[in-house]
Amino acid sequence: MSAVDMNTYLETRAVLRQRKRRRHVVRAVLYHGLVASACLIMLYPILWMIASSLKPTSEIWTTTSSLIPSRPTLEHYINGWEGFGTIRFAVFYRNSFFYAIVGTLASVASSACVAYAFAKLRFVGRSFWFACMLLTLMLPGQILMIPQYILFSKLGWINSYLPLLVPRFTGEAFFIFLIVQFMRGIPNDLDEAAEIDGCGKIGIFFRITLPLIQPALITAAIFSFYWTWEDFLGPLIYLQNPRLYTVSLAIRAYSDPSAGTNWGSVFAMSSLSLVPVFIVFVVFQRYLVEGISTTGIKG
Amino acid sequence: MSQLVKTQTHTVGRARRRGVRRQHNLVGYLFLSPWLIGFFVFTLLPIVASFGLAFTDCDIFTAPKWVGISNFERMFTEDPRYWRSVRATLYYVFTAVPLRLIVALGVAMLLNTKHRLVSVYRAAFYAPSIIGGSVAVAVMWRQVWGGQNLGLINFILQALGLPYVNWLANPRTAIWTLIALAAWQFGSPMLIFLAGLKQVPAELYEAAAIDGAGRWDRFIRITLPMLTPVIFFNLVMQIISGFLVFTQAYLVTGGRPLDSTLFYALYLYLRAFGTHHMGYGSAMAWILLLVIAFFTALVFKSSSAWVYYESGGLAE
Repeated sequence: MSAVDMNTYLETRAVLRQRKRRRHVVRAVLYHGLVASACLIMLYPILWMIASSLKPTSEIWTTTSSLIPSRPTLEHYINGWEGFGTIRFAVFYRNSFFYAIVGTLASVASSACVAYAFAKLRFVGRSFWFACMLLTLMLPGQILMIPQYILFSKLGWINSYLPLLVPRFTGEAFFIFLIVQFMRGIPNDLDEAAEIDGCGKIGIFFRITLPLIQPALITAAIFSFYWTWEDFLGPLIYLQNPRLYTVSLAIRAYSDPSAGTNWGSVFAMSSLSLVPVFIVFVVFQRYLVEGISTTGIKG
Repeated sequence: MSQLVKTQTHTVGRARRRGVRRQHNLVGYLFLSPWLIGFFVFTLLPIVASFGLAFTDCDIFTAPKWVGISNFERMFTEDPRYWRSVRATLYYVFTAVPLRLIVALGVAMLLNTKHRLVSVYRAAFYAPSIIGGSVAVAVMWRQVWGGQNLGLINFILQALGLPYVNWLANPRTAIWTLIALAAWQFGSPMLIFLAGLKQVPAELYEAAAIDGAGRWDRFIRITLPMLTPVIFFNLVMQIISGFLVFTQAYLVTGGRPLDSTLFYALYLYLRAFGTHHMGYGSAMAWILLLVIAFFTALVFKSSSAWVYYESGGLAE
């Protein structure tokens, strides 16, 4: 190969490499541009609601599509917090937190307990009951709704949180399944070692299994918190006294079209109700993604 | 002598083993008891009661009155609202579910690369889904399409010089606001698809690329077949949840206009808790259960024809 040939060879190689790099950059820009604008479209309605809650009333339906309020104001939050009737939103938040926290603790604790029986204990009828539990996963809530309502009204539980909370102490099939799957993945060596040392099954559950299944418990707790916080049908059926309303029921009552709605305040209270959900999402995102990817639970 | 000792230890051992087994059963049922009680009181008893109620005329104020199959007769022959609710629900399920799954798969394919920003994108795409069932989003969604005001979409349409559409008042378009809401919330099938895409062996793509297969060929011949179990799972879950949609319809459209968005779960609620026809509502719930069982069975049965399980090759 002559020196000239060699030179042109090296040159073309450099040109090709440069062209390849440029093509790579162009593709990356295209990709990120496309995906980022898709993200923006996805988030636009949420951002729009938050922006509208910060706009003065006169601007909400005049500069509708804009995401930046010309004069940001917190008046809607202050007005909205006053609630309706004589009940302030503080009451609704207290109700919602009570419902979500007690409901979550109850269903996660009882589900862990039941999952331990299915995953680690041997007893007569275990596979039969497990099959029953899986069948209830597919059961639409609508079929239980009416008889449960009649049962609870016979017990005098309407207009209280008992119909919403008591069933949670019996475990939630989704969470039992999720925790069983997780428990089956952890080896039995530790349990056996503890048993040889004279630890009973109950001791093993509290001292060995519970600490090991923490990730599954957190995943279940997040889902439980979401479902309870956003629960609408349950409170709608059982809670008629406005003092007992959850935030969801309160927002619906507050946005009632017949009452000359102040949309700024509705958007403000709606945005505020999403704050706990977003905080949990940001803090526990990892558990959430893993939980959905491995069990397919809907979020 | 030794024989005697042997039988003695044998019986002692058996007795102890029986004791151990009994103790195992005791501990097992102790841990199972919360669920077992709940299963009998809050699931089994209501199912039996619901079946009985379906053949009665019942409001909660008076004792149920036996009416035989007349609830079902009325439902199928004399209640045009019932059929409108069936039609609206089927229309919704068969448009919203495929749409949501297609969007979920498309976005999952886009996000199936290794890049720092992917986790940020994933969170942004998933965000609408975690708040999707909330009253806040339903209230906001109504204002996006109109309600008493012009609405966000119409504002943008007018700014672009396009005609105004009365989305929520037109029976043709109202249901599409709910379908759009469903398509917007594709987060959980997307995450499941992403997990599935990560399982596809890279060698398959490399081999196909060497054989000169283009992008489309690789998608049709590798990605889709390898993903069928995941698609199948998503399809079953989404069809079931599609039949049960309540909150969004109740709050965004309220079943209006002309019952065009009167979903089954919404009509059931209105009959059982609005007009207190608990017997009729129970009859409706049983038909819903049968329809869901039918679709679940259908998807499971047909799965063998198109679901590819890696371990067993193409399932027969």
